[in-house]
Amino acid sequence: MYTSNAAVYIAGVGIISAIGNNTKACLHALEHYEAGIGPITSLLTIHKNILPVAEVKLSNKELAEATGLSEKISRTALLSMMAAKEAWEDAGLPHSKNLRTGFISANSVGGMDMSENFFAEFFNNPARGKLSQVVNHECGAVTELVADKLGIKHYVSTISTACSSSANSIFFAARLIKHNLLDVAIAGGTDALTKFTLNGFNTLQILDKDPCTPFDENRKGLNLGEGAGYIVLVSESVANEMKDKLYGKLSGYCNANDAHHQTASSPDGAGSFLAMKGALALSGLKASDIDYINLHGTGTYNNDISEGTAIQRLFEPTYPKMSSTKSFTGHTLGASGGIEAVFSALSVKHNFIYPNLRLHTPIQSLPFAAETVFQKNEKINHVLSNSFGFGGNCSSLIFSKL
Amino acid sequence: MKAYIHATGNISAQKTFGHPPLLQVLVEQSGNRMRCTEPDYSAFIDVKMIRRMSRIIKMGVAAAMECLQEAGVKNPDAIVTGTAYGCLEDTGIFLKKMVQQNEEMLTPTAFIQSTHNTIGGQIALLLQCHRYNNTFVHRGFSFESALLDAMMLLEEGNVNNVLAGSVDEITDISHAILSRFGLYKNGNVSNNSLYNDISGGSIAGEGAAFFLLTRDPSKNDYAVIDGLHTFYKPANIIEVSGQILSFLENISCKIDEIDLIIIGKSGDEAGDAIYTQIGQSVFANIPAIPYKNLCGEYPTSNGFALWLAAGIIKSGNIPSTLNTAITKKIKRVLIYNHYQNIHHSLLLLSAC
Repeated sequence: MYTSNAAVYIAGVGIISAIGNNTKACLHALEHYEAGIGPITSLLTIHKNILPVAEVKLSNKELAEATGLSEKISRTALLSMMAAKEAWEDAGLPHSKNLRTGFISANSVGGMDMSENFFAEFFNNPARGKLSQVVNHECGAVTELVADKLGIKHYVSTISTACSSSANSIFFAARLIKHNLLDVAIAGGTDALTKFTLNGFNTLQILDKDPCTPFDENRKGLNLGEGAGYIVLVSESVANEMKDKLYGKLSGYCNANDAHHQTASSPDGAGSFLAMKGALALSGLKASDIDYINLHGTGTYNNDISEGTAIQRLFEPTYPKMSSTKSFTGHTLGASGGIEAVFSALSVKHNFIYPNLRLHTPIQSLPFAAETVFQKNEKINHVLSNSFGFGGNCSSLIFSKL
Repeated sequence: MKAYIHATGNISAQKTFGHPPLLQVLVEQSGNRMRCTEPDYSAFIDVKMIRRMSRIIKMGVAAAMECLQEAGVKNPDAIVTGTAYGCLEDTGIFLKKMVQQNEEMLTPTAFIQSTHNTIGGQIALLLQCHRYNNTFVHRGFSFESALLDAMMLLEEGNVNNVLAGSVDEITDISHAILSRFGLYKNGNVSNNSLYNDISGGSIAGEGAAFFLLTRDPSKNDYAVIDGLHTFYKPANIIEVSGQILSFLENISCKIDEIDLIIIGKSGDEAGDAIYTQIGQSVFANIPAIPYKNLCGEYPTSNGFALWLAAGIIKSGNIPSTLNTAITKKIKRVLIYNHYQNIHHSLLLLSAC
């Protein structure tokens, strides 16, 4: 039975990213303007020392020790486990048979970080290459490694809609709760840096050779990052038992398609406009109720003007504060919606507005500029978080204070 | 949660595209890899676009277009796709060049078409469909997750119809790797003798099946989906039986109301033992037919099974090419499939 007005609450959060191995460390970096973008150290690639990336500072061995998983499995799963475990422990819910618990994850290339090593041998001889390097190639296999380790069996699923993947996994999870199919869901996403994605984005000529400058007039592209971010969503009845622990609620969401080009966004931001508008409609809020927008803000010429134009169309004439935390974490692709959902949840709980680093000249054709200063004094009631991706997939989430 | 199957589009190893009479002639393929019988795509997709599209994109887009054409729907209210492996051919092309050219002189086409949501995105692009669009990639639950999403969307009431489908392809690379994992039979096999060869493994399959699902019934519907249930890594056969019985109880279906069970027997000795045990216990005396001899084994093969069940219910009969012993009119069909004994799914359909 679907209850359209049922509220879905955020009861736990977890992140690992280039700016910290847990939520506390990430927040510290945000507050102290410490970006995680730098030279490549782990990937064996010809782009080392040319393309900067936002790497998680732990090795696979260290991640394995921290999670109890094998270091030989995909880094995508190791990152996922770190953040999902943090979120789950933060919520502090019991493993109870009475709570129908699901794990809804997202990623863009599954276990590609291991697969791409396999193929170096395989392409020379199809009988060669260690099968252990491709056994977790599928996106869903990465999810199952973590679900099994967390002991979650009731419902598992995985979404892959490129850079909007984990925004979609979060609101799919919320809908499962509203349909009374789950009581609790850990939802978000993960992605590790891979040569495959680094080279792929490089062919598109949208990687900045310096740390990225989202929403700057002279922006030159994005920096790829890695990490994972999850939130624990709970139903009203579960939330009633844990009132003071809650971060806020997920009050709106919408998925729309730009239907313009496989990779590029439309000039007027048709898809992003519809996603933001739909999320507002579902939440019952007006545009003027939004206090802060966590932008998709990749730093590419195309994304930022398209997203900015859509914001202008929807919010004119009064604009909320906004910023792109990708100026800290890089673009973590399938993880970005999850990481930014955690930042948004913290924002509604603690009234934070995050700075947009390295902003020198705001985009001149837009009537607003991103925030450059960390703020914690204003009351933040509602935060809009945007995630847009290849395939025209655009999703927006709205987080609200309790 | 219910959904009416208003139209279908299916590209499979069988002659299924273009809605010919249901499986009048069966396609036999020898070897452990069943390829799709592909149509002339130019009737459905612009020739310039066909040239750029990989096989899985063409199959997915054409199956979706045929489904919409049958429905007489120009633009669906939502598009939901399930694919376990995604666009393997483009992934393989980009990987191979990256490895062999040492990351130099790469071009973007294969990369931008390698993302798992390419098929859903291409359908939206062709239709200029700005509405809900999602892609599920959870192995043997990919299609079932997509169906659940579609059924939830219909119940939520913001959409009247959803285009939902399953797409997976076999490539030379994936076949070589999955063969090394022991997923497929060796030696002299064919799909027509799949169940005679008692050994480990199955025959690799692929396919694209799309459905236009609607909230309300209308004339010429194929069938109605009464319920969908999945369960993950059951501990033993007792749990499997328990899950099946509680699913049927939850949707108020008595076992003797089921006219036919379509089972996911794949020819893999260990995996098929589950169907045998369930057939002798929970489903004793209910006729069952397999379907993977028609389409091969792949994580989203339930798309083919749903198409078959819908076709059988619409005609009321099992095609004589599949079975001549069951003569009663088929009004209610249960599909029970598992992939690798990890992903188990149940789908109940009824005549409208």
